[in-house]
Amino acid sequence: MRRLTWRAATLVAARWETAAARTLVLDVPDWPGHLPGQHVDVRLTAPDGYQAQRSYSIASAWPAGGGSRLELTVQRLGDGEVSPYLTDVLGTGDQIELRGPVGGWFVWDRHVPGPVLLVAGGSGVVPLMAMVRARALLAAQQPFRLVYSLRSPEDLYFRRELEQVQRGGRGVEAHLVYTRSAPPGWPVPPGRLDAAALAEHGWPADAEPTCFVCGPTGFVETAANLLVELGHDPQRIRTERFGGS
Amino acid sequence: MATFSPGFGGRRRAARDDLPPGQYETHDFPVLSYGPTPHVPRDTWQFTLTDENGARRSWSWQELLDLPQEDITVDIHCVTKWSKFATSWRGVSLDVLLDDVETSADFAVAHSYGGYTTNLPLDDLLDGKAWIAHGYDGQDLEPEHGGPARLLVPHLYFWKSAKWVDGLRLTTTDEPGFWETNGYHAYGDPWREQRYWGD
Repeated sequence: MRRLTWRAATLVAARWETAAARTLVLDVPDWPGHLPGQHVDVRLTAPDGYQAQRSYSIASAWPAGGGSRLELTVQRLGDGEVSPYLTDVLGTGDQIELRGPVGGWFVWDRHVPGPVLLVAGGSGVVPLMAMVRARALLAAQQPFRLVYSLRSPEDLYFRRELEQVQRGGRGVEAHLVYTRSAPPGWPVPPGRLDAAALAEHGWPADAEPTCFVCGPTGFVETAANLLVELGHDPQRIRTERFGGS
Repeated sequence: MATFSPGFGGRRRAARDDLPPGQYETHDFPVLSYGPTPHVPRDTWQFTLTDENGARRSWSWQELLDLPQEDITVDIHCVTKWSKFATSWRGVSLDVLLDDVETSADFAVAHSYGGYTTNLPLDDLLDGKAWIAHGYDGQDLEPEHGGPARLLVPHLYFWKSAKWVDGLRLTTTDEPGFWETNGYHAYGDPWREQRYWGD
């Protein structure tokens, strides 16, 4: 099998999702395409040759006709080595290296059976948003439900797009769970994702959804355990845990 | 022909020479699993060794604990780029479990509660290179890290160290396991940076 090659990626645009998360729009010539949920390895090289690599989920869907654009939504980690460079230093026209796409399990395509439940914790929404976007591009019919847990309104990624999805009525429903502070007038007090919210805003187990759960380790452990307790078959629950550092 | 990243200094300059290429040191213990964490009771736990002819031998939890135990301190390396130095484990060497097994198999497939599999050359499990580990840092191994027992094969990327292990099947041909059929390398040597297909 052919080795995944490192490719030069040029930043062509960027936008802030929150004060700590930036979407990088990268141009990657000859990009082979990807499935939503896959990730890339990013490599940075300092002037003296020192290199650092990290993995980032792809946020964008790959259009059926192809294309060389790729979006990564990167959260700045306070003690991070690579993410602060990507959020605060990398400028339009600058290049980084990446290789991929990587990952053949935490991916959705139209052949994945059943309705889809997406459960996001914080920046774990990124690969799940790629799935929502791919569904729209493919005009797929499988109904999606997204349950997105976040600390506060200031931490919401993809706000406008999620609002459009909500209003669109095209088979994607999104429900937000605020854990620390909710917007004024929010119907429920802030609190952790629980079985009741998953039961109400997810799918019943007998609908046999394919579930994708992504976020920090503790969140994924909790959410996946809740889904199992609600009767979902563990074989239909796919998880991606973000490491601690 | 690395791309120059203007303004990137890198933070961990004192990179250790025992850090494999592309890795960084972490002091946490991140978790990577493809699905929910199985919770396996010790009183029903079982480890089954199956040879290439289908002959089986099983150990219960108590039988595992009755075998000679080793304390192991090793560095571990995850394909997601973190490495953790000097982790301490307790478990049973696979040399003990495979001691009286006559086999012409060159490969093994590790099986787990929950359905996970991973393939390894049999030689990589012998001669003090691999264990069934049930203790970590002086405690019972937590479920999210593979408890009650996991494979520990520290010289390969950590996806080879199957969590919630329930058996080992010896084979004469190399059969790719779960991640190996989902894009990861068949062998997974961190020092040769064998992360993905074709590496």
